[in-house]
Amino acid sequence: MHHNITAPFDRNTVKELKAGDTISLSGVIYTARDAAHKKLIELLKENKKLPFDIENQTIYYVGPCPAKEGEIIGSAGPTSSYRMDAYAPELIKLGETGMIGKGLRNEHVINAMKEYGAVYFGAIGGAGALMAECIKKQEIIAFPELGAEAVRKLEVKDFPLTVIIDCYGNNLYEIGKNEYRKCK
Amino acid sequence: MRDIDAEKIIEAVKNMCMNANYYLNNDIKQAMESGLQSERSPIGTQILDKLLINAELAAEKKVAICQDTGMAVVFVTIGQEVHITGGGLADAINEGVRRGYSEGFLRKSVVGDPIERVNTGDNTPAVIHYEIIPGDALKIELAPKGFGSENMSALRMLKPSDGIEGVKSFILEAVDKAGPNPCPPIVVGVGIGGTMEKAAILAKRALLRPVNIRSNIEYVKNLEKEMLQKINELGIGPAGLGGNNTALAVNVETYPTHIAGLPVAINISCHVTRHAEAVL
Repeated sequence: MHHNITAPFDRNTVKELKAGDTISLSGVIYTARDAAHKKLIELLKENKKLPFDIENQTIYYVGPCPAKEGEIIGSAGPTSSYRMDAYAPELIKLGETGMIGKGLRNEHVINAMKEYGAVYFGAIGGAGALMAECIKKQEIIAFPELGAEAVRKLEVKDFPLTVIIDCYGNNLYEIGKNEYRKCK
Repeated sequence: MRDIDAEKIIEAVKNMCMNANYYLNNDIKQAMESGLQSERSPIGTQILDKLLINAELAAEKKVAICQDTGMAVVFVTIGQEVHITGGGLADAINEGVRRGYSEGFLRKSVVGDPIERVNTGDNTPAVIHYEIIPGDALKIELAPKGFGSENMSALRMLKPSDGIEGVKSFILEAVDKAGPNPCPPIVVGVGIGGTMEKAAILAKRALLRPVNIRSNIEYVKNLEKEMLQKINELGIGPAGLGGNNTALAVNVETYPTHIAGLPVAINISCHVTRHAEAVL
């Protein structure tokens, strides 16, 4: 099934999405990867405010290339999500509803997604030039010293995604692999 | 002695950094196109198609195929009759990387210390391997390596009694465990023999061999073919969403080893397996 979704979106929207669904995502999302996640969690530990309100937001795991002259952003495909597994459950608990990345997630993340209602989207790893075309605006809103790893606010239009893990725990990686695996 | 100006090395490395990141190598492109024909999964077919469109777009706009423009791995093969003038060889290579990543709008992905983790801001230093041979030529091979796939690599010190069957199950185990993480379709570099570090360097070197060239050692060639088939039967597929194109090639390099050992290293690379070379 295909859905056109606008971010930010709430937990009712999350409930409608199933592993294997294709998505065109438009609206506002935030970027954060390893170093930014570490800093976000440190802020929470110190009881400080996050640089953006996490409620109903989607975080894209990406560190883009610098923009060439006349371009909005450089290549901007997803990075491996498992490196954010140590931090994601805390953010989901605080209201994060969407994560965009690629690759496997651990059971703590999946349990948090089921408990609080969040969805894990896959973007195509290695298609960074193509994905950058869907990004219409970018602004660094926190940790500029991290360079490519700074937190950016992005405006996206028809960002092509696939639901990898839904809030019921269905996992497209397992479903897809089992279908084409010869020795089971 | 033959003099080679350091500035020429800087220029060559700079250009290779940019070209390797903008243009998908032809051998890879052909393997992807043939994968597109053989892929049985509809979603897998779509992924391969989008990856090829992405590569075309990157070449046309001269932007990076993937935002992870890698850590620069450089293999230098230097003739012992070569004399570098106007600066040090390592300095010249790093200056080439610095200029290539800055002028090419490539991502700076290197931190100066693995624990303190402050970005060096210019993607240096490169990881440089040197080999000295007779003659007066200087060959520089560059393989900017992304870490989504690098992180899925593995090394194991097998026992001689494990034999080739042990090597095979280790390869399949590593690829299966990596699953969707290294951005399949992948290229699998395998180093067998030597010592611990030699096996790892062989595995990296194996990734520089074009995917359409098989080993000229008979049993290694057969191993490469068998492993490619078995990996593609794992079902992981393009982007890990299921399918029969998980790897484009398995490249294996071997080296003599100790009577007590059978080191095996597996270096996984994504579909953007970048390799460029210049002979000065």
